[in-house]
Amino acid sequence: MHLTHLDELEAEAIHILRETAASFERPVLMYSIGKDSTALLHLAMKAFWPAKPPFPLLHVDPPWKFREMISFRDATAQRLGLDLRVHINHEGLKQGISPITHGSKVHTDVMKTVALRQALEAGRFDAAIGGARRDEEKSRAKERIFSFRDKNHRWEPKSQRPELWNLFNARVGEGESMRVFPLSNWTELDVWLYIHRQRLPVVPLYFAKERPVVERDGMLIMKDDDRFALRPGEQVRMRRVRFRTLGCYPLSGAIESDADTLEKVIEEMLLARTSEREGRLIDHDQSGSMEEKKREGYF
Amino acid sequence: MTLPFAKGQSVDAWLERYERNELLRFITCGSVDAGKSTLIGRLLHDTGRLYDDHLRAIEKESRVHGTRGGELDLALVVDGLKAEREQGITIDVAWRYFSTARRSFIIADCPGPEQYTRNMATGASHCQLAITLIDARNGVSTQTRRHAYIASLLGLKQVVAAVNKMDLVDWSEARFREIESEFVEFCARIGVADPIAVPVSALTGDNIVRRGERSPWYSGSPVLELLESVAIDRPQADSPMRIPVQMVIRPTLDFRGYAGSIESGSIRPGDRVRILPRGVESRVRRIARAPDEGGDLSVAQAPESVLITLEDEVDCSRGDMIVGVTPGGGGDAIVTQSFEADLVWMDESPLVAGRSLMLRHGTRVAPARVVAIRHAVDVNTLERHDASELPMNGIGRVEVESEVPLAIDPYSRVRGTGSIILIDRLTNATAAAGLIRTGDASDPHAKRAHWETAVVSTVEPPKGKSLVSDAERTKRWKQSPLAVLLYGAPGSGKTGTAFALERALWDKGHACVVLDGQMLRAGLSKDLAFTDEDRSENLRRAAELARILMDQGLVVVLSLVAPDASARARAKELVGAERFVEVECARTTAEQVVAAVLARLG
Repeated sequence: MHLTHLDELEAEAIHILRETAASFERPVLMYSIGKDSTALLHLAMKAFWPAKPPFPLLHVDPPWKFREMISFRDATAQRLGLDLRVHINHEGLKQGISPITHGSKVHTDVMKTVALRQALEAGRFDAAIGGARRDEEKSRAKERIFSFRDKNHRWEPKSQRPELWNLFNARVGEGESMRVFPLSNWTELDVWLYIHRQRLPVVPLYFAKERPVVERDGMLIMKDDDRFALRPGEQVRMRRVRFRTLGCYPLSGAIESDADTLEKVIEEMLLARTSEREGRLIDHDQSGSMEEKKREGYF
Repeated sequence: MTLPFAKGQSVDAWLERYERNELLRFITCGSVDAGKSTLIGRLLHDTGRLYDDHLRAIEKESRVHGTRGGELDLALVVDGLKAEREQGITIDVAWRYFSTARRSFIIADCPGPEQYTRNMATGASHCQLAITLIDARNGVSTQTRRHAYIASLLGLKQVVAAVNKMDLVDWSEARFREIESEFVEFCARIGVADPIAVPVSALTGDNIVRRGERSPWYSGSPVLELLESVAIDRPQADSPMRIPVQMVIRPTLDFRGYAGSIESGSIRPGDRVRILPRGVESRVRRIARAPDEGGDLSVAQAPESVLITLEDEVDCSRGDMIVGVTPGGGGDAIVTQSFEADLVWMDESPLVAGRSLMLRHGTRVAPARVVAIRHAVDVNTLERHDASELPMNGIGRVEVESEVPLAIDPYSRVRGTGSIILIDRLTNATAAAGLIRTGDASDPHAKRAHWETAVVSTVEPPKGKSLVSDAERTKRWKQSPLAVLLYGAPGSGKTGTAFALERALWDKGHACVVLDGQMLRAGLSKDLAFTDEDRSENLRRAAELARILMDQGLVVVLSLVAPDASARARAKELVGAERFVEVECARTTAEQVVAAVLARLG
């Protein structure tokens, strides 16, 4: 009998989730509806079974997510009987901030980074559990599992604590907090394999289907509602597409695909020659852009 | 793209195979100059781990930051943070992932030279194997020795030397063999069990993923093949079972489960366990798991995260440790408040003896003090020297005293329960990593019992200088001095018997002193743990004290666990065989003991 790498990753994630629950007064799980959150939420259900996870779910809603994501989110929380909290930055909304008119940088800053800070402060959360992985992006490769944030939620790459064995140092002072990443050591493929092995339901947008899309800046953007105004010359076309990553729909590029089952999605990924972030506008703003966002407190 | 997967291949078959992959975590060390980043870039590139958009970004960057004259610079694959990229140095531990058809790998990329010791110790604490880069032109350097030493300190059994830039020494076999023998010899000296050297060129890729054509004289495996074939540490049948309790899960009044990760060994329902440090015993009832996850487990092993329930209602919570009870009693964790450890100091302000910190061991966090620095180690020369402080990146042997009892293991036996971190009480920074050496029979520097040193003591006892003679004492006390050693396991009635004997001797007018194990440990032997060595040392101290008291003409009743017959024999020798009686309490009643001792005293 030997443990497979997926067994080991699962055990590690459960260990981290339990450490977080035991070490902090007010932890919260950042639920962003995508595949990583799906795996993370399942691990949380498993870590505390037969009890419910001893923390609420928090979704910071920009609110430009795909409608299917929102309905999946609400159905999931209801099916599992969990306390779901949704936070929208209403000030930003009043100012009319949108990814279409302000671009991804401003929109992400106001509706995600600032909004997240608002939500964490309002809930007085001292630990925010997220589904980020180290293999996603270069600057994340050095991220800690327990990532210390100062009173201003800032991440300072030079003052992070060394992490030895699984002896996590979860001590924080007044007003300081921790971001916790149980999926740190998972790859994109590991997440899909875990979803496959555990037969977890995911947002249908991951599977290929005829969807109304517009070609813009070399990407296929799905017109999910009327807020998305067409530019001159643009046309909505029905194309068979799916999404490798999910976010705000005007910022998420679709890929043309026939993969309409989990097995086919995995197969497509195995044959893929580009990374999952290729389809995200948010990372291409400037060189080293994810690192800048992280310092400001973006997840 | 990770494993080779061709269009048209069955994805189900692929999944089934990939599912069986095991995980190996390894660390890479060496300076940028030695070509470490290029080696990792090469591993990722040649196993198809790099996506086209990543490669395009690297090509673009190669033209701006590259050191290869605009050609693809694979080092840029791994040099992560912006500042690092501009300075051309990496300053922290970075994690990389790739897999092959045989294994999945996690790389802890530990760059130097800044904060080298700290970074490498951090990375190595997660790994089973180390790859150290050697520049073929420079050979085994101070840095190479330092890497091997830290790897051995952290308990890595396998260290692979990638002798890089072989293309710059014309693939000279002689040069390689020279480096290889020096490396292997050094590793043997510091206790690395399995050193291997491989001639490589990260630049051209020779002997990294594919066998190089330029080194026909090298019959060993390329680096990747080694990584795919080295034995992975797995729990052995005799590995002691350890679960530090993370939390109690109690959704209803009739379910009380203990959640934690198995740090060592394996567990089955019905197994006898003990809750440390209190020592209460129970049995495992269930290894509970949700029905839709497959239901309860019949066995679980390290490093699984489990939820167990016990047969008895016991007092057990976060910080406690559940350990397996083996029939022979061997492999027990050591319950103690003080122990010795090798520290890697990581804080900017140096460690001085007496400093108070928070200690984390298993799931317990408690105040603790470093009471003494026994020696420091120079990582370059490996020499030990006296030190009044340990600076940042310093390594040294210290004595730690915890405010609460801990159930520890030597690091060489169980990594998970043989390691600690120390935390600064004001800044909450992680100030040190510690590897527990107490109880480590193989460690040449571990504290030993003092039976030997007692024999060669240079201090002459002031025998014969007393103005009171032995005869006078015998006359005054109406007795000849005698030591009575009552020994046996805890709970065998030693203390009760000792005090019954004291009462009887008192009533008959004898002068008598009781030395009970608990009394000694409360003060005189406060620094000792419950290891075999320390039990032996405790007996030695009791015997020494008894000898002093007997020289005053008194009867001394010793009540100690004293499980080791050879230690008891030494105690007997120390006080004098003719005036020493030993009684195993489990086999004798208090009345029998009293009768025998009174008869002996006449």
